[in-house]
Amino acid sequence: MSYGLPLLGGVIIGLAAILLLLGNGRIAGIGGIVWGAASAPAGSLWRWLFLLGMILGTYLFHQFSGQPAPVRGGDSLLLAGVAGLIVGFGVKLGNGCTSGHGVCGLGRLSLRSLVATVSFMLSGIATVAVVRHILGVA
Amino acid sequence: MNNVLAAVCGLLFGVGLAMSGMTDTAKVQGFLDLFGAWVPDLAFVMGGAVLVTLAFTRPVLKRARPLFAAQFDLPANKQVDRKLVLGALCFGVGWGLYGYCPGPAVAALAYLQWHTLVFVVLMLCGMWLADKLKDRF
Repeated sequence: MSYGLPLLGGVIIGLAAILLLLGNGRIAGIGGIVWGAASAPAGSLWRWLFLLGMILGTYLFHQFSGQPAPVRGGDSLLLAGVAGLIVGFGVKLGNGCTSGHGVCGLGRLSLRSLVATVSFMLSGIATVAVVRHILGVA
Repeated sequence: MNNVLAAVCGLLFGVGLAMSGMTDTAKVQGFLDLFGAWVPDLAFVMGGAVLVTLAFTRPVLKRARPLFAAQFDLPANKQVDRKLVLGALCFGVGWGLYGYCPGPAVAALAYLQWHTLVFVVLMLCGMWLADKLKDRF
């Protein structure tokens, strides 16, 4: 177990969310930003810049920290696609993801976000339990 | 200024995701594996992030307006409804299946793996589908 980098990383994520709210008045919900960028590209320059910034930030972290990029080995593109489809559908229907509901929503004491966060944590835990310990894969 | 700040916030967000281990699907699935070899690391990510937002969201929203925008753009819906719960439950299933939620999936495009690109493209398809079908729930 390690908690130093996760904690510091979490604090940086929280600060990024606060800075976006303070400066631009926007919620840093990545699901919503991705959807906005794709569905209304014309008014979404800030969204594209945010997303490109995220990719660059991740790249730079690995460049400068020397931590190897976590590469997944050997699993199927089908699994990635199916999981992506389910994630996208759920995030849009529930209007938020780990960042929108979990980080920003809990921070502003939103009841909706609390209910959503408990729901996706529980179904995430249940899914891993079923896949790993009942079906016995991965 | 708006756009510059968005890029800076995105950059910070990406550094935070990579540093914290959120872009490592093995760690995320390990964190969700409560009934197996539980990896508690990511509890600290959520804890650290929420501590910051809990401390600063209220003071920020006390301002009349943001620094570089006319008003705060906050979700207006306060109803805990079926869509919210069904959507969140569904999202958790996909999250558990692969280990990516939307932020880390986009950030992990930096690793140039086909799997991640497929995940993100299909995630967009899922969003599009939910947008089309949302009135049926």
